[in-house]
Amino acid sequence: MDRAARTTPPRMARKIRGLSDRAIAWIFVAPTIFLLLAINIFPLIWTIRLSFTDFRANRPNAEVSWVGLRNYERILNDPEIWQTMQATAHFLFWTLSFQVLIGFALAWLINAKFRGNNFWTTVIVLPMMLSPAVVGNFWTFLYQPQIGLFNYVVAFFSGTDPTSFSMIAEVALAPWAIVIVDTWMWTPFVMLICLAGLRSIPESIYEAAECDRASKWRQFWTITVPMVLPFLMLAVLFRGIENFKMFDLVVQLTGGGPGSTTELTSINLKREAFEKWRTGYASAYAVILFVTVFGLASIYVKAMNKVKER
Amino acid sequence: MSSAAVIGPSRRLKWIAGLLVVLYALITLVPLLWIIATGFKTSPDSIAYPPKVFFEPSLEGYVNLFTTQTRQTAGAIAEPATWYERIVNGKGMVITGPSRFGERFMNSVIIGFGSTFLSVFLGTLSAYAFSRYRVPLKDDLMFFILSTRMMPPIAVAIPIFLMFRSLGLSDTHAGMILLYTAVNLSLAVWLLKGFIDEIPREYEEAALIDGYTRFQAFIKVVLPQAATGIASTAIFCLIFAWNEYAFAVLLTSGTAQTAPPFIPTIIGVGGRDWPAVAAGATIFLVPVMVFTIVLRKHLLRGITFGAVRK
Repeated sequence: MDRAARTTPPRMARKIRGLSDRAIAWIFVAPTIFLLLAINIFPLIWTIRLSFTDFRANRPNAEVSWVGLRNYERILNDPEIWQTMQATAHFLFWTLSFQVLIGFALAWLINAKFRGNNFWTTVIVLPMMLSPAVVGNFWTFLYQPQIGLFNYVVAFFSGTDPTSFSMIAEVALAPWAIVIVDTWMWTPFVMLICLAGLRSIPESIYEAAECDRASKWRQFWTITVPMVLPFLMLAVLFRGIENFKMFDLVVQLTGGGPGSTTELTSINLKREAFEKWRTGYASAYAVILFVTVFGLASIYVKAMNKVKER
Repeated sequence: MSSAAVIGPSRRLKWIAGLLVVLYALITLVPLLWIIATGFKTSPDSIAYPPKVFFEPSLEGYVNLFTTQTRQTAGAIAEPATWYERIVNGKGMVITGPSRFGERFMNSVIIGFGSTFLSVFLGTLSAYAFSRYRVPLKDDLMFFILSTRMMPPIAVAIPIFLMFRSLGLSDTHAGMILLYTAVNLSLAVWLLKGFIDEIPREYEEAALIDGYTRFQAFIKVVLPQAATGIASTAIFCLIFAWNEYAFAVLLTSGTAQTAPPFIPTIIGVGGRDWPAVAAGATIFLVPVMVFTIVLRKHLLRGITFGAVRK
């Protein structure tokens, strides 16, 4: 915005041959806006419209009637959806906690600048860039009782029998199976952002604290943590939104099972929309999810800006 | 304590930090190495107990990945002509033809590169306009572009599914390219705006004084300066389109299906053929690993939409 004030002075603009600045600006921006309107906003409006009907996409010729707010009412009173929300909350809470703790610890260790830290950072980052569906699918192999590497290693260190437990088939373990894989995959994301935060702290602050004879422990809590906090909050925002939308990894890992223990909102929504074909109902569900993400995200961003201003 | 030791971490701390990070990196690498290793195992080796770390490498998984086979009938034993026929015949099977993997992989390449080209092309134009001109409602438009990312893909998929069905775009390359372009545009615009903001506008102004038109200045001055930024944005878009699963699984089934929904459906004869799955995953994941290493300097910027720059 500060740059906008410095746009070409008017006299020079008049001298320029060819298209005017305004025309170029519009020609350059228009295709993007058009495409986003066509593929994002138009569908959103359509979803809102559908959410007030009992339309079913697998019966395009059946008569569609307006049902008012009935879809919304039914969703908010559906115990199954509340169970789904609970599974999502469990997933969000634990993945974010683990990723923040491990990610921050790793960043702090890497910031000690030991030899080869850049190389090892790149190695750690690898899982994050891979296809969650393909990797998630392979993790079901690692989780196999008997032949799976994960079970073998856990059994080896705990002295139990590798066939005695199944991470993805047991109600008690499946929610943790998805937390483990997501943590494995996305801890590097939090780590990278924390690392940027740590590197943004000027050395001089520590030098000043050292002169005041502040202990290392105090320096950590009064300098390091507050300075990294805005970065950490940004990482949590990104991960929170992504994990609220989580679909590919979990659908491949557990498919929402056993029963519906790991049926996160997106998986549940897919079931309603593309298996039960209750399009109107699913549209209302989608609208509720969107409003939830958007609402939570804006509250969070407000809180984040307050922390930044301190 | 000497003054030099006060500021930087001590040698012992560095050593411990390095050790812990390397340990984490090695653990995190195990699942990826296991994918690559499993691709080179024979079927019995892949499901052996205890899991085999050392084994005789075999290309069976790769051959199974690219071919379809049936059980050999006693009458039709032809002399194996090639090395891969020998592998298959050794198991009492005959090759009946190529599998669909090659086709699916090519779909991923076409859709990935197509959408990357389009989103970087459109993204560069609008990023330039947002960076250099007074576009009305600029901040709102930029936020609108970003907010399109907050929607769970399944929620948008319902109307897009209906829209594509009525436009005849379901299960076509063109449809998927358009869709991924729209999804990637937000990333492209935000990242590229950051890169273009960093190019001093004095260069363009000098070119304008030399008699270039605005458009010529854009092509001959800005684009070459932004080349690194454009290249890394392109890689991010490519990785996203490459990894995408939710839209692909809902909107494609036959002709335009990409590899992520296909790889999890690879099944062998009698139980899942894990070496073939791992072989497919390896071919699919290794390019992304290479790109990640190439991109490592811009990684942070890419994953935070340009919010954090090192």
